Amino acid sequence: MNEESVISITGLDHYFGKGQLRKQVLFEINLNIAAGEIILMTGPSGSGKTTLLTLVGALRAVQCGSLQVLGQELCGASKGKQVQARRNNGYIFQAHNLHRSLTAMQNVQMGLEVHGSFSSREMRRRSVEMLEQVGLGDRVHYYPEDLSGGQKQRVAIARALVSHPRIVLADEPTAALDSKSGRDVVNLMQRLAQEQGCTILLVTHDNRILDIADRIVHMEDGKLASAAAVP
Amino acid sequence: MFSLIKKLARRTPLGWLQLSREKTRFLVALSGIAFADILIFMQLGFEGALYESNSRLHRSLNADVILISPQGRNLVNISTFSRRRIYQALDVPGVKSTEALYTNFADWKNPETRKKTSILIVGTNPNHQAFNLPGVNANLEKIKLPDTVVFDRATRGEYAETIAALEAGKTPTTEIERRTITLHGLFEVGASFATDGTLITSQENFLRLFPRRQTGAISIGLVELEAGADPTQVTAALNAHLPEDVRALTLEEFINFEKDYWAKNTSIGFVFRLGTMMGFIVGVILVYQVLSTDVNDHMAEYATFKAMGYRDWYLLGIVFEEAIILALVGFIPGFSISLGLYSMTRKATNLPIYLTMARVIFVLALTAIMCSLSGAIATRRLQAADPADIF
Ligand SMILES: Nc1ncnc2c1ncn2[C@@H]1O[C@H](COP(=O)(O)OP(=O)(O)OP(=O)(O)O)[C@@H](O)[C@H]1O
Ligand SMILES: [Mg+2]
Repeated sequence: MNEESVISITGLDHYFGKGQLRKQVLFEINLNIAAGEIILMTGPSGSGKTTLLTLVGALRAVQCGSLQVLGQELCGASKGKQVQARRNNGYIFQAHNLHRSLTAMQNVQMGLEVHGSFSSREMRRRSVEMLEQVGLGDRVHYYPEDLSGGQKQRVAIARALVSHPRIVLADEPTAALDSKSGRDVVNLMQRLAQEQGCTILLVTHDNRILDIADRIVHMEDGKLASAAAVP
Repeated sequence: MFSLIKKLARRTPLGWLQLSREKTRFLVALSGIAFADILIFMQLGFEGALYESNSRLHRSLNADVILISPQGRNLVNISTFSRRRIYQALDVPGVKSTEALYTNFADWKNPETRKKTSILIVGTNPNHQAFNLPGVNANLEKIKLPDTVVFDRATRGEYAETIAALEAGKTPTTEIERRTITLHGLFEVGASFATDGTLITSQENFLRLFPRRQTGAISIGLVELEAGADPTQVTAALNAHLPEDVRALTLEEFINFEKDYWAKNTSIGFVFRLGTMMGFIVGVILVYQVLSTDVNDHMAEYATFKAMGYRDWYLLGIVFEEAIILALVGFIPGFSISLGLYSMTRKATNLPIYLTMARVIFVLALTAIMCSLSGAIATRRLQAADPADIF
C-alpha cells in the first residue's frame, strides 16, 4: 500500500437490500488514490459509481472489505466517527443543494461553521474571499433563486472548498450545466484543488472534461475495470 | 456556559432565516398561535372571573378569620353552628372581637315584575361594619327599622326601575315569605352561581323573616384580630381551642373554600379546562403543520448539512429555534388581542375578568410548551434526511 495514499480501498464489497432482495452492487473494489491526484470515474448508469462515492464520503456504512480515508478505517466506524470523517471532505453534487433561505455567503459559511473553529468575522471574510475566487464577488448577498445554474454550482464549489478540505468528492457536477459553464466549473475545481493541494474524486459521464484527470477509472457492473493513466 | 454563548453567536440563525424567508408560512403559524393563545386566555379568564364573582361577597367581609360549620360546603349550604362559639373564640389570644352573620335563601317577589326568584338574605349586626361595602355601611341605621333591607344593585334580573327608584331616594316595597319588606339604599356585590343577588338587613329583621331559625344558630362567625396578630396562627389556635362543631379559616381560605367548591363539585372547571386544552391542541396541530411542512421543504438541504458533517442535534436545533421564535412572536398578538377582549368582556358582562401577571406567564409557558411539542413531533421527519440519498 502506498504510503502517501489519501484513499485506500481493498476488497470492498457492497450490498443493497436484505434477505431475498439482497443484491451486490460493488465487487472486490481495489483503489489507491495519492494526495493531490485528480481521479475521474466513468461508467454506465447503475454500475455503482455513486455508491462508491458515498462510501468514501462516509455517507454510507462500509459493510465489508477495507476503506481507509486519511488513515482512518471506515469499515465498522461508529456513527460519530462517520460524522467526523465527513468534515474532511468537500462535496459537490449534481444538484447544487444550496439552502434557499440563505444568501450565497451564508451558504458558503455553512461549510466553515461545521468545524466550529472560526469566529463569525473570520467565517465571513473567508466566505467572501472564496466567492471572489469562484468569480462571484459581486453576488455575495444574492439568494440562490436569483443566480443562474452555473453560478449556483460555483457557490456550491465555494462551499465545498472554503474549509480547504483534503478530499473533494464530486458526483456529475457538470451534468446540469451547458458545456461552457461545465468547462468553467471543472477548470475552477482543478485550479483551486491545485492551489489547496487537495485530492479530487469525480464521477462524470462528460467526455469533454476527461482531460483534467491524472487518472481515469472505469466502473462496470460494480467492478473497477481499468485504471489507465491519462497520456 | 460562556463557550455555549460564543457558539450560539457564531451559529447561523437558520431557524429565523428559514421562517422569515417564508412570509406566508410565518404569518399562518403566527396567527395559529395567536388564535390558540386567545382561546386559552379567554377560557382561563372566564373561569377565573366566574370563581371570582362567586366570592365577591366573601371578599367584602370585614374580618380576618371566619368561623363556619364543618358541615358547610359553600354559601348555599353553609349550615349553622352555635352562637356560643364566637364568644369562646374571644378567649384565644390575638382575637379582638367577633360578630355573627345569619344567611338564608328565600323566594322574593321582584318589585317590578312580581315574579318569584330566589335571593340570598344576610342578617348582620347593625352596630358593626361587617362589610367593606359603602352602601351597606351608610344604611346601617336604616336596617334597624323593621322589615327594611339594603338591595344589591348588581342583582341579576330586571331591576332597572327599582334601582332608579332607590337612587331617587324612594323606598319600594315587596314581599318575602308573605311579609312585606321595604328596600332602602343600594350596595354592589353582584350575582354568582349561588344567587342572583343579595339583600342585607339586621339580625332582628332576619330572624323576623325566618321565625323558625333559632337565634343561637348562626351561619358565619366574623373574627377581627388585634393589630399585628398573624391570621394563620390565630386560625390554628382557634381550631385547637374550639370544639369540633366549628371550623376556623382565614379570610383567604374562606374565599378559596368557596372557589374550590364550584371548581370541584360542578362541571364548570372541567368545561374550562377542556376549552383550554382545545386551544392548546389547536395550537399544537397548527404549529406542527407549519413546522413539518418546513422540515419537508428543506429535506434536501438538511441531508446536505448531514453530508457536510453536521450532527443531528444541529438540525434539531433549527426546528426548536423555529418553535421558540414562533412561540414568542405569536404570543405578542395573542396577548394584545386578549387584553382588548378582556376589557370588552368586562364592560359588556360586568364579570371581574382581569389579566393577572401569573396568567400571562402561564400562557406564555404553555405557548412555549405547545410549540416545542409541535417541534418535537416535526423533528421525527429529520431522521428521513439521508445524506447518502443526495448524490
Ligand atoms: N438505496 C439503494 N437501495 C437499493 N439499491 C440501490 C440503492 N442505491 C442504488 N442502488 C442500486 O445500486 C446500483 C448502483 O447504483 P449507483 O447509484 O451507485 O449507480 P451509478 O453508477 O451512480 O449510476 P448513475 O450513473 O446512473 O448515477 C444500481 O443498480 C442501483 O439500482
Ligand atoms: Mg450516480
